Parts: sequence; structure tokens; C-alpha cells
Amino acid sequence: MTSLAAPPGFVLILGALLLPFAKGRLRSGVLLALPLVTLWLVTQVPDGEILKVSFLGFELVPLRADKLSRLFAFVFALMAFVGGLFALRQARTTELAAAFAYAGSAIGVALAGDLISVFIFWEMMAIGSTLVIWCGSPSARGAGLRYAAIHLFGGVLLMAGIAGEIAASGTTTFSKLDVSTLPRWLILAGFLINTGAPPLSAWLPDAYPEASWSGMVFLSAFTTKAAVYVLLRGFPGVELLIWVGLFMVFYGIVYAILENDMRRILAYSIVNQVGFMVAGIGIGTEMALNGAAAHAFTHIIYKALLLMSAGSVLFMTGRRKCTDLGGLFRTMPLTTLCGIVGALSISSFPLTSGFISKSMIAEGAAEQHLALVWFLLAAASAGVFLHAGIKFPWFVFFHRDSGLRPAEPPINMRLAMLLFSALCISLGMAPGTLYAALPYPVAYVPYTASHVVSQLQLLLFSGLAFFLMLGWLKRTLTITLDTDWLWRRLGPAVLSRLDRGADAAWSTLTAGVLFVAGTLNNSLHRHHGPDGVLGRTWPTGTMALWATLMLCAYLVLSYVGGPLR
Amino acid sequence: MRAIMPHLPALQVVVPLIGALLSALLRRGTTAWALALLVSWTMPLIAASLLLQVLTSGPTSYHLGGWAPPWGIEYRVDLLNAFILLLVSGVAAVMMPFARRSVAAEVDQDKQSWFYSMYLLCLAGLLGITVTGDAFNIFVFLEISSLSTYVLIALGRDRRALVAAYQYLIMGTIGATFYVIGIGLLYLVTGSLNILDIAERLGPAAAQSSRPILAALAFLTVGISLKLALFPLHVWLPNAYAYAPSFATAFLAATATKVAIYVLLRLFFSVFGIAISFEHLPVSEVMLALSVAAMFIASLLAIFEQNVKRMLAYSSLGQIGYITLGISLANEAGLTGGIVHLFNHAVMKAALFLVLGAIVFRIGSVKLADLAGIGRRMPLTMAAFVIAGLAIIGAPGTAGFISKWYLAVGAFQKGWWPLVFLILASSMLAVVYIGRVVEVAWFREPSGLAEKAKDPPLSMLLPVLVLAIATIYFGFDTQASAGIASQAAHALLAGIK
Repeated sequence: MTSLAAPPGFVLILGALLLPFAKGRLRSGVLLALPLVTLWLVTQVPDGEILKVSFLGFELVPLRADKLSRLFAFVFALMAFVGGLFALRQARTTELAAAFAYAGSAIGVALAGDLISVFIFWEMMAIGSTLVIWCGSPSARGAGLRYAAIHLFGGVLLMAGIAGEIAASGTTTFSKLDVSTLPRWLILAGFLINTGAPPLSAWLPDAYPEASWSGMVFLSAFTTKAAVYVLLRGFPGVELLIWVGLFMVFYGIVYAILENDMRRILAYSIVNQVGFMVAGIGIGTEMALNGAAAHAFTHIIYKALLLMSAGSVLFMTGRRKCTDLGGLFRTMPLTTLCGIVGALSISSFPLTSGFISKSMIAEGAAEQHLALVWFLLAAASAGVFLHAGIKFPWFVFFHRDSGLRPAEPPINMRLAMLLFSALCISLGMAPGTLYAALPYPVAYVPYTASHVVSQLQLLLFSGLAFFLMLGWLKRTLTITLDTDWLWRRLGPAVLSRLDRGADAAWSTLTAGVLFVAGTLNNSLHRHHGPDGVLGRTWPTGTMALWATLMLCAYLVLSYVGGPLR
Repeated sequence: MRAIMPHLPALQVVVPLIGALLSALLRRGTTAWALALLVSWTMPLIAASLLLQVLTSGPTSYHLGGWAPPWGIEYRVDLLNAFILLLVSGVAAVMMPFARRSVAAEVDQDKQSWFYSMYLLCLAGLLGITVTGDAFNIFVFLEISSLSTYVLIALGRDRRALVAAYQYLIMGTIGATFYVIGIGLLYLVTGSLNILDIAERLGPAAAQSSRPILAALAFLTVGISLKLALFPLHVWLPNAYAYAPSFATAFLAATATKVAIYVLLRLFFSVFGIAISFEHLPVSEVMLALSVAAMFIASLLAIFEQNVKRMLAYSSLGQIGYITLGISLANEAGLTGGIVHLFNHAVMKAALFLVLGAIVFRIGSVKLADLAGIGRRMPLTMAAFVIAGLAIIGAPGTAGFISKWYLAVGAFQKGWWPLVFLILASSMLAVVYIGRVVEVAWFREPSGLAEKAKDPPLSMLLPVLVLAIATIYFGFDTQASAGIASQAAHALLAGIK
């Protein structure tokens, strides 16, 4: 196969535009065929700059491939396929069309060779994902608008940065950047907003869980991971990213433990997992970068798997809250099993995909003798097991019997889950294929005795802790204990006080922000609303007065300015 | 064919003028429409051949009645006004098929031929302003287009249209008066009314009589700012747009303010030159501040507005802010951004207002609440709204992105960082007001009115779709829009010498 001029992302995007016209079986066929064609195209893209077009006087490269971009494009296309399979029965074609356009744009980002193309696909992703969210629950309206606002704000930062970068350097090529200039900081900030980095991490758990049962499966994969890709490409080794990543890791854990909504738990855990990748990018060695790329790959698969099992539960029961669920393993054994596989993977259990990828990041930290980073990453691994590895399956599928007896989801959903479960395990057992596809050569062996044993110890002890404290887990008090167990060094008393203090500060802060926002909104509405001074129709005399005032102002200015020359 | 080629500049104005007369004599709306259609479809042909002529052999000059300038009236076509001619006539031609059913539904039977007569008169006025090289002639055409515009607005069935037209009449007359006073002052100083001639004589005259020149600049700037609805001289516009018949709104929004902006460009750059316009008076600073104010305040007004047609009118005010912002930057990228946004905004606003025209045609309301769920009933129409709306926001892949890009680069080249943010941050406000309509139209259960709606007939749907596709087309192929705009900007900055 020689050079292929069709960018794979376009196939999905254009297909998405045609999707609303397909009905019934044809729609199902298109849903399955489009991603497969895309997947095939991705594997056929040769290395180098394949396609160039001229735009705004710049040479754009909408299709450029190397190992890194192909890895991401591949997993995005794979995700589109399995997501499409899972969502076959989604009644809202709009959502599926939006999701495919979204996936296609993510592939576009991964294969874009210049900053302008990256930006274009970036914004298309924002639009596609907003539409996916809007197709969800009624409460998705506000969440969708907030989501769009934050992402387009990120787009604003990014566009300002890119315009500045191009004005300064004269080249549009997207390659490694440093953080020496303001435009590059802006680009970094624009990228980071999409990873769910602080201080705007909250957009993710705010918006994603409002999507439909199938929508969130798509959402979990593309936005954050495309951001990880651009960071990998643009900002490897920027030290700030280590701390940003660690913050995200713990932010995700703490809030996920507090949370009751099963899909919000998983949303927080996306922030948490992406935190691992961002930290890996910050470490910046080949090992850590490989780890971040591999973790992005495996994470897309197991997070989609977790969300598909949560989505199946939502689809069959219509409930989202842990307190409303429980005991579902009796009638949904397969969904339970797949959920557990996903949970084990996210907890990096040996023989699952999470184990072979996340450990590379920790190994990267260890090689650089970043003891604190390594320690925090290890502690976080235990936390992941607590909030996603055990909490999610335990409260949804086991725990007490909620009395619900839902059947297994339809066959296509089961197939989709089985497919990704199989991938999770086979990647975990035979990591060679994935390792070979990573951007740098891999000389890392995940299955050493010490590594396996230490990981198992970590997991078993945190598992033990979970069940010992199960009685408290439903009350807020335990959360302090829990975190305290994680952070060992801090005494429970200090932490609980801190927690109470933080709670008080937080509620004051929220009240303050709400008050300011309310006042602002009121005053805006007072002035700009249809009956406000700026919005109502002025008497003709007032208009004429303004014209006269402007004229006077100019005349006075010209008088003050003195004669010409 | 060869015989009429040299007279194209005159024909550009004379044909619609005669069309207006003939149309006034016709009784039936449909016949008048057919005539207007014929005229509107001829105009872009003339404009396109003029543009080709300018592109191949430089600016052309046409002496009306054979009188040589500066005594006679000169029609002078260079790249900038050839571009505007094509824009105005092209948008009018695309929109014209839409008019038949829309006007039939919104204007009384006995007034329809008057409507088309006024439309053609307005078109003649706008094209005349653009094509002429004579400052007083601009005033004449300005009055022709304005007077016909007042009638177009007053033909709306809503009673408030009368008040809106009256207010616009007062404000428009003040603007025109200021303009003619400014021209009068220039005539006193230079003894000429020909734009080229004034510009040449202005330099020597500036040394001895600089006060009248500056006063002329002040009068002209304020007068034209009124016509182009620069904040805070905008208040006539929202009502005029909201209560005029849908087709008139779309036509005016796409062309009238754009032509006023063209006059401003001509005055600032061709008559006064950058030295006087921007260096002596703080015109650029004042205009910059007002533009930014327009971008934000008008967008906020749009966010709170419940009447979607009025909301789009506010959005136009904000978008005009981008154009004047580009002008006040006065560097090549900024000016290119301003001119290309003038073009792009005309296309996308025409699309949006035509969508509303189609909605009025189907459900008779443009209240946001009545539009609930209409996306599912009028999918193609509302898809066009989404596309043109994305262009207003400035999403990449649409024409709006091109404008914002040049404006941002222009602000960068000045080193004005905060301005870059303001440009981009104000587009966030567009996200809210466009997003609000999209969300209501597509993601809610249909309202009682929307339940029965369906896509309009092809004659209305096609113009909407063509314009929507054009907003995407000009987001990718920028040769025709940004390419010419940047050449025009280059020529303006280089001065006319």
C-alpha cells in the first residue's frame, strides 16, 4: 500500500454527517463499518508527512504519522468501533453522529502535523463532545453549556498561543516546544484544560456523568487522551507537569471516595488516571514517556469497559446512585464480571493491562531517583484500588441487595464488554505487542517477582483496609480515616480538623462565589436584559444626544490636539 | 457585448434604478419579484466582470456623462470597492429567490410591488455608494439607500416597525447631515468633491487650515459611525432589524452596514490617509475602545434577549465591533481581518436571518420559547443555523475563524496581548447566545407551534443552504475572501499615491 491521501479521521467525520440519513439495519451497518474502515486506514498510514495543504498562507500538514501518533490514532479508532457496537441501540442518532465526529476529530489531532490543524481538530472535538453531552439527561443542558464554555475558553488560550507562536517563530510545525515564551505557556495551558488539570478539573465530573448511558463511554476516551497525546508531543519533560499530574491523581481519589453516583466515581477516576499520565510526561525520560503513552492506551480500554458496565446498569435499571444499587451480580453476572475485569485493570492487578503500563511510569520516577514522586505514585495506586477497583463494583454489584433484578443487557452491549475485557487481559498477559508499538524502544520487564509481589501487597492491604472500614465508608467520618491511612504520616486528628476546616472554607468559598456570580448576573441582567438600560429602546432624543456627545468629544479632542503638523 | 463593457460601472447603478421605477409601476407582487430577481441576478455578473477587470488591469475610472474629473462625477473601481460590489450584489442575488414566499407572507398584498421597488432602490443606493469616486455623490446614494430602507422597515406588519423606522429616519438623517457637513468643510478647504482630488489637495491645505480638516474628520467619523451602528450610536438598529420584514432584515444586515463600513475605510485611508486619521486625532484609540465595548456589551445584550431576531441584531452589533476593531488596528493583518470579516459576516448573518425568515414563514414567531424542539421539525433549516452560528462563534473550519485569526494576528503584531484575549474571550459570549438557541431548538421537546412546522419550500431552503455552505467554503478556501481582502488592505495602507 503506497501513500494514502485520505486522513482516517475524515472518514469518521464525513460518515458522521451521513449517519442521520441512515435508518434501521443500515444505521447499524454504518456504525460498525465506519470505525473499521478508519482503523484499517490508520494502520496503512506510512511514516512522515503524508498530506499537505495550503491555508491562510501557511503550509498545513493534516496527515503526519510516526509511532506515537499512530498508537493514539489506533486506539481512538478501536474505541470508536467498540463504542459504536455498544451504542447500537442508542435511539438518538444525533448522539452517535456527534460521537463519531468527535472520535474522528480526536484521530485528526493525533495525526495532525502542524499547530493549526491541531487547533482545528481540537475545536471540532469540543463541538462534537458538547453535542454528545447534550443528548443525555435533561440536566445535561446546563452541564453541556458549561462544558462548552470551558473548552472553548481552552481553545481561546490555545489559539492565542498558536497565533503568537507562529508570529514569533514563523513555522507551524507541531514538534517539541519548551516553556520559554508566553505563547508556549498559553499553548500548554490550552492543552492542560483538556486533561482536566487544576484549577478547572471540575468540568469533567460535572459534565460527563450527565451524558447518556452510551455517551459517557465515548466521552471518557477522547478529550483527555488527545490532550495527553499533544502534551507527549509538545511538552515532554516539563517539570511542572509532574506536580500538576500528582495533584490530579489525588484530587481524583479524594473526590471519588466521597462520591455516591457510580458514573461520577468513574469520572473522577478519569482525572486520577490522566494524572498518572501527565506526571509521566513531566518526568520526561523515555521510560516515563513510554509509560504515559502505554497507560493512555490501556486506560482508554479499561475505562471504557468500566463505563460500559456502568452504562449497562444504567440502561437496564435507570439508576445511577450507589445507594440505590447493589446486589446486581445475581442477574447480571456477565456485566459484573466485565466490571471486575475493568476494576482490576484500573487497579493495576498483575495479569491485567493496567499493571504493565502504570508501573512503567513509576519505574520512570524511580530511575530518576524522584523518591517523593515515586512514593506518591505508589500511595495513589492504593487509592485507585480503593475508589475504582473496589468501591465501584462492590457497591453496584454486591454489597446489600437492593431488590433490583435487571436482566443482562442486549447482546451487542455484552459483546462490546467482552471484547474489551479480553483485550484488558491479553494486553496484561502479553504486553509485547503494545510495547513494540510505543514511541521509544522498550527494555522493561513488568513481571519480575519483586514487582509483582510488591504490587500485590499494596493491593491486598488496601483491599483489606476497604473491607475493615466498610462499616464507616457510608459515613463521611471514615473518609478522613481513609485518607489518613493513605497518607500515613498525618495523624487522623489533624486531618479530620483539616478536613472540617477545608469543608468550612469550601462552603464559604462556594457561597461567596455563588453570591458574586448571582450579583454579577443580576447586575448584568439589570443593565443588559431586555428591559435594562442598554437593552430597552431609547427615546429618539437620547440617541441624538449621544451622537452629539460623540461629535463634541471628537471636536474637543481635535482642539486639544493642536493644529496638524 | 463589447459596446457595454466600458459602461459597466454605470450599469451597476442604473440597472437597479430603472428596475425600481418599473417595479413601482407593476401591480402584482410576483411580477415585481421576477423583475427584482432578474436585476439582482444581473448585478453580480457586472460586479464580477468589474473585479476581473481590476484584477487584470488595475483600477478603472468611468466618467459619467463624459465630464472629466474633478468637475464631472467619476466612478472609480479599485480592488476594495469591486470586492464590496461583488459581496453586496452576490448576497442579494443568492437571497432573492427566498423573497417571493417570505414577502408574500409578511407584506400586505397591495404593497408588495412597492417593497420590491424599495429593495431595488436600496440596492442601487448601496451599489452607488460603493462604485462612485465622488464624495458628494456618496451622500446622494446614501440618502437613496437610507430613504428606501426606512420604507422597507416600515412595511413590516408589526406596529412597532413604524416607530423603529421613524427612529432610524431621525438618526439616519442626523448621520447624513453630519456627513454632508464634513464634506462641505472639506470642499471649503480643498475646493473639490472628487475623492482622489481631495486627497491630493489635502496635504498642502493641511498646513494652513488644519482645524476645518479635523472638524471634517470628526463630523464624517460620527456621521458614518451612526450609519454603521457603532456602539453607542447603535440604538436604532435592534428594533429596525427586529420588526422589519424578514427578507428586508436579512438584506440590510448583510449589506447596509457593510457599505457604511466601506465608506469609513475610504475616508480614513483614501481621503485623509493614516497620518491624519489615526495619528493626529485619537480616532483609532476611540474606535478601538468603542469596538471592544460593542463586542462585549452587544453580546451580553444578545445573551439576555428572548426575541431571536433581536438577538441576532445585537450579535450584528458585536460583529461590527470586530470589523471596526480591525480598522482601528490599522496594520495589514488587522485591516485584512476587518475587511474579511466584513465579507464573512455578511454571508453568515444573511444565512442566520434567512433561517429566521423561514421560521417566521412556518410558525410566525421568533420567540426563543416558541422555537423549542424546532430542530427536529425543520432539520435542514436549523442545521444551517448551527453552521452559520458556529461561524459567528469563530469555530475553525468556518469563515468566522479566518476573520478572528487575522484580527488576533493583527493585535499580536501591535504587541497588544490583552486585546488578543478580548477578541477571543468575546467569542465565548457568542457561544452562549448561539448555544442557547441551538440547545432549545434541538434538545427540547417541540413547543405547540414548532410541533406543526416543517422545512420551508425549496425556493426558501436553497438560499439558506447555499449561504450556510458558503460559510464553510470560505472557511477553507480563503483565496477569494482573505486573499482579496489582504490585497485591498495592502493597497489602503500604501495610500493612493
